[in-house]
Amino acid sequence: MTAMTSRRGVIRTAVTVGLAASLALAACGSDTKSSTATNAPGATTAPGGTTGGSGGTVGVSLILKNLSNAFFVSMQKSAEAAASKIGVSLTVAAGKEDGDTATQISAIEAAVAKGDKGILITPTGDAVVPALDAARKAGLLVIALDTPPNPATAVDITFATDNYNAGQLIGQWAAGQLAGKKATIAMLDLFNDQVVSVDTGRDQGFLNGMGIVKAEDKTGNGKEPATGKYSGGDYEVACHEPTKGAVDGGKSAMETCLAKNPNINVVYTINEPAAQGAEDALKAAGKDAGVLIVSVDGGCKPGLELVASGVIGATAQQYPGKMATLGMQAIKDLADGKPAPAVSPGLDFYNTGVALVTDKAVAGVDSISVADGQKICWG
Amino acid sequence: MEAIDASSVTASFDQPRGPLARVQHILHKYPAVSPALVLVLSGVVFSLLGKGRFDRFDTFGIILQQTAVLAAVAIGQTVIILTAGVDLAVGTAMLLTHLVVAKVAVDHGVPGFLALLLGVVVGVSLGAFHGGLVTKIGLPPFIVTLGTFYIFNSLGLVYSKAQTISKEELGGEHSLLLWTGRQISLGSMKITTGVLLVLAMYIVFAFILANTAWGRHVYATGDDREAARLAGINVNRVLLSVYMVAGLIYAIAGWVQLGRSLSASSNAATDINLESITAVVIGGTSLFGGRGRLWGTLIGALIVTVFKIGLSLAGVNPYYQNFAIGALILVAVTLDQWIRRVGK
Repeated sequence: MTAMTSRRGVIRTAVTVGLAASLALAACGSDTKSSTATNAPGATTAPGGTTGGSGGTVGVSLILKNLSNAFFVSMQKSAEAAASKIGVSLTVAAGKEDGDTATQISAIEAAVAKGDKGILITPTGDAVVPALDAARKAGLLVIALDTPPNPATAVDITFATDNYNAGQLIGQWAAGQLAGKKATIAMLDLFNDQVVSVDTGRDQGFLNGMGIVKAEDKTGNGKEPATGKYSGGDYEVACHEPTKGAVDGGKSAMETCLAKNPNINVVYTINEPAAQGAEDALKAAGKDAGVLIVSVDGGCKPGLELVASGVIGATAQQYPGKMATLGMQAIKDLADGKPAPAVSPGLDFYNTGVALVTDKAVAGVDSISVADGQKICWG
Repeated sequence: MEAIDASSVTASFDQPRGPLARVQHILHKYPAVSPALVLVLSGVVFSLLGKGRFDRFDTFGIILQQTAVLAAVAIGQTVIILTAGVDLAVGTAMLLTHLVVAKVAVDHGVPGFLALLLGVVVGVSLGAFHGGLVTKIGLPPFIVTLGTFYIFNSLGLVYSKAQTISKEELGGEHSLLLWTGRQISLGSMKITTGVLLVLAMYIVFAFILANTAWGRHVYATGDDREAARLAGINVNRVLLSVYMVAGLIYAIAGWVQLGRSLSASSNAATDINLESITAVVIGGTSLFGGRGRLWGTLIGALIVTVFKIGLSLAGVNPYYQNFAIGALILVAVTLDQWIRRVGK
């Protein structure tokens, strides 16, 4: 499909090429959100392009993992807002599901074919790296959002959440809340059959915040000693169970954990739907009293609602919208000959920051209230 | 009773038989026996390995709760496999109906009872769509349901916008939509009304399959379609009805899922499509159709959950969990082949 559009491009005007390619791209993306399909051509035609050639408007492609996750939808909205603000024409594409690298690769190739200035991508797998290399060789600026590619140097810069730091914050908070009591911990992870950085970063960041592990072991979770001392007293890790980041997955995982050890009083969860499931299981077992549940994401709904109602004690909020906005600006700056922002010290990406959201602040751990978190959730 | 059956079969086959052949005949006559043995055996093994956490009533209750949705959709899967078909879209069909039920109740204020009824209509329609493609156009069930697996998944995402509908939106724990999630305590064992509902479904459908003309037609169609047709059975009508009944079952399973996760989401029950086939196969139903018992499927579904929880409680590296299930499938199918040689 890409080859066809580029061949057609030779005989048509540059403006028409852009439109045709973006239509092709919208078809390639084949995501299920109708809004995207209508947005993409609309955004491309909007600036008019009367000057012709590639020097007229700056075209940018936003390539997401999927559009079935509110996290990426939030990114799309922020990117669209930034595009109209800074005068960039935006094309949005997304894989059908996590791991759908084929769709992402065709979207990268389409961006090159229609002469975009840059690509913003949440890489869904390392298989996209060669296509990104080719795009950069063709002169495009490539910026990763949310997930640094492997190697991180495959893109000009990455804007992402420091998941390890997100874990640390909720770990420190939990340790502070326990105030020396014995911690019997359930670890409700994302997967147990694949190793991904978001999973190891959050899981082991949490354990680091509790004072249980010293550094991240990127080869997988569950390598810490099952018992020992955390910063405040004795701990026992009761289980590591997979949730797939879903409510029913969280429930089954918590049930298994309670079967392993009925005395669990600290529950780490990979995200807020998993936390909801964990709470349901604890309640059903009559063991929800006095259990600390911590999570990561800080989504507007249901995430922060669960913190407000007290189900989740504290959550580490991340900012997908900020990633997209900064990414758009960086491409515009690079296109104008200004430098891109530098990576954060000690990291191979630009840290867009996390904030601990809780209404039960712990001394020595910075946090914001739920009300404040709701003002900036996923913006 | 088994002795009498065995001897009568011996007479009809008119050949001497050793102990192994006798076992073969018992398994042929009672397909649920071998999965039951596997379940008991795995229960014993996991009790020994489970550090005292497996062989407890509360763990047993959890196993039943975690099995309920899988066991429910597996009824539909069994009926279809009995006709030598297969349904790869059980999970996505179930999720689509439960999203419809939740959305019409929440977005349009439709009373719970009517919403559930609409779910049944949707479920049966999805089944009729499957059945229509299989019987009218003659597509293989594998292809039909592979296609609808993607289509139903997509429709569920479009319809729900990938948003989770929460317990509060569904009217709280006491609403009819979440009725299947209500807890029942039996001593230290906790089950839900959903578990009882699924058990009732098994009793009803086991009776229908074994004791009604329709049930016999299902077996006959699956065993030898041509022979069934020559015997005067309207094979296409049986097949169409099988897929519609399966759709009805998925709709009820969707209700059980609502109570199980106390929410509605397109991101749920992610493994259930293949696990339902696993449950049916381990349960002793032949993929070639015409042979199997519904109770075997219930046992097969329980085995799937027992393996998951048992291996986890035993502290086995989770990477080996799928290995164990996979090995069990191969053993079950090998056993099925061996058993089928009786009477051929």
